[in-house]
Amino acid sequence: MSIKGKAYIAGVYEHPLRDAPNISTAQIHAECAKGALEDAGLTKDDIDGYFCAGDAPGFGAMSMADYMGLKLRHMDSTETGGSSYILHVGHAAQAIAEGKCSVALITLAGRPRQARMGGGGGRGGPPGGASDVPEAGFENIWGGSTHNTYGMCAMRHMHDYGTTAEQLAWIKVAASHHAQWNEHAFLRDVVTVEDVLASPMIADPLHRLDCCVVTDGGGAVIVTTPEIAKSLKRPLVKVIGAGEAPKGPRGGLNLDLTYSGAVWSGPIAFEEAGVTPQDIKYASIYDSFTITVLMQLEDLGFCKKGEGGKFVADGNLISGIGKLPFNTDGGGLCNNHPTNRGGITKVIEAVRQARGEAHPKVQVPDPSLVLAHGTGGSLGTRHGAATLIMERE
Amino acid sequence: MADTIEAPTARRIPAPAVNVESKPFWDAAEQGKFLIKRCKACGQAHWYPRALCPHCFSSDTVWEESPGEGVIYTYSVMHRNTPVPYAIAYVNLDEGPAVLTNIIDYDAATLKIGQRVKVKWTPTEGGPPVFTFAPV
Repeated sequence: MSIKGKAYIAGVYEHPLRDAPNISTAQIHAECAKGALEDAGLTKDDIDGYFCAGDAPGFGAMSMADYMGLKLRHMDSTETGGSSYILHVGHAAQAIAEGKCSVALITLAGRPRQARMGGGGGRGGPPGGASDVPEAGFENIWGGSTHNTYGMCAMRHMHDYGTTAEQLAWIKVAASHHAQWNEHAFLRDVVTVEDVLASPMIADPLHRLDCCVVTDGGGAVIVTTPEIAKSLKRPLVKVIGAGEAPKGPRGGLNLDLTYSGAVWSGPIAFEEAGVTPQDIKYASIYDSFTITVLMQLEDLGFCKKGEGGKFVADGNLISGIGKLPFNTDGGGLCNNHPTNRGGITKVIEAVRQARGEAHPKVQVPDPSLVLAHGTGGSLGTRHGAATLIMERE
Repeated sequence: MADTIEAPTARRIPAPAVNVESKPFWDAAEQGKFLIKRCKACGQAHWYPRALCPHCFSSDTVWEESPGEGVIYTYSVMHRNTPVPYAIAYVNLDEGPAVLTNIIDYDAATLKIGQRVKVKWTPTEGGPPVFTFAPV
């Protein structure tokens, strides 16, 4: 598909300040966004795609999307220095041409003249001081980690839906059943619900065995055209749907930590693929913690909201036993979590399943449709959700 | 878990990162005043404070002093890599927005979702005090 004629530039804005000691970098990003929207005659709520580079303070696109209160279905924080924003226009045109978004916002801002105050970022590089990250001063003081921010999600999920520690433990039990067959898995011992509950409390209500492993390692994926794929001597695994969405407190009204961005990324991917959760034969589900899996399964529609505990219990995620085999490599809970980023291994095991190349003890019988879903950042503060659906041809 | 009163302030809290946008909040904090931001265009309060309203994108936002009272939306007591367990929490302020914080001076046996709390300032290492919350 060509982008030719598929996208137009609707609004632009150049910030008037040349020396900005009195406003923050995040504010300049937002003022530029506001100016471009006014130029176009659009409002903030029209934006569904956001593009930024290394000058945007925080974690990828997430801090600025949350600062501005954006609700998105497409985001891109590709960093190529000063050329980033030209590249972003090209990427935005691709995304629009493919229907991934309809109004894309691109911002740049920085204050290198204020670098001595710790608020700038000189020499064209990313901003230096933590004070540039808009939420940092209000959030980075509380001893927050993945453990206790996910712990807060689990605590509220238990409160609202009666989810139990035993139900969460079943997720680890299922992962361990799979990991026993993976010779490379970091943890290969099969564990029981009792083992999980007896492991030390890390951050209420999450025990040590509710947490993923910390490992080195890595992974890679190659994506190509149908023509090249068909010329190769490998099973054909086709990408048929993809969705993405960030979620954050967005100003703190009606905070609800019992659901994730999967409530948005999932339906986009399923609609594009033309399939439903009930069609999926295997799912790689990001498992930084047991609660991560439970919430994402609900949000993707594998069960009703609040019924995740019942869904994962009694081995329902174990290949050969349950209805939805998940993370048959042992996942992040048992196999690996290279550099604390589990997304690529989720894709890899889903591809192994679709090819019929998973370990024979965990291979699902009909791997025609597989899914990989991830949550990056923190469920408890701001995170990016991504859903991918693939089909064995 | 022990049912004694813990002393989470034993966890030393670093100085918060202050920038030009957040400075009025931290200046008020030095005076023991808890400020939130409210938008004059849409009337809604938000947290953390921003120059532009994250609800309607108006730049007509104003500082407002809050009594700093609300209820615990959720919490988690951290036991790992800390000399003293401490509670991270979201508090739903009476004005609406949820605030990420630490609960201090709590009894581990009675700490719970829905508990009423009020802001109580805690000193930091070389910076302004921070807005911890304590049960009322």
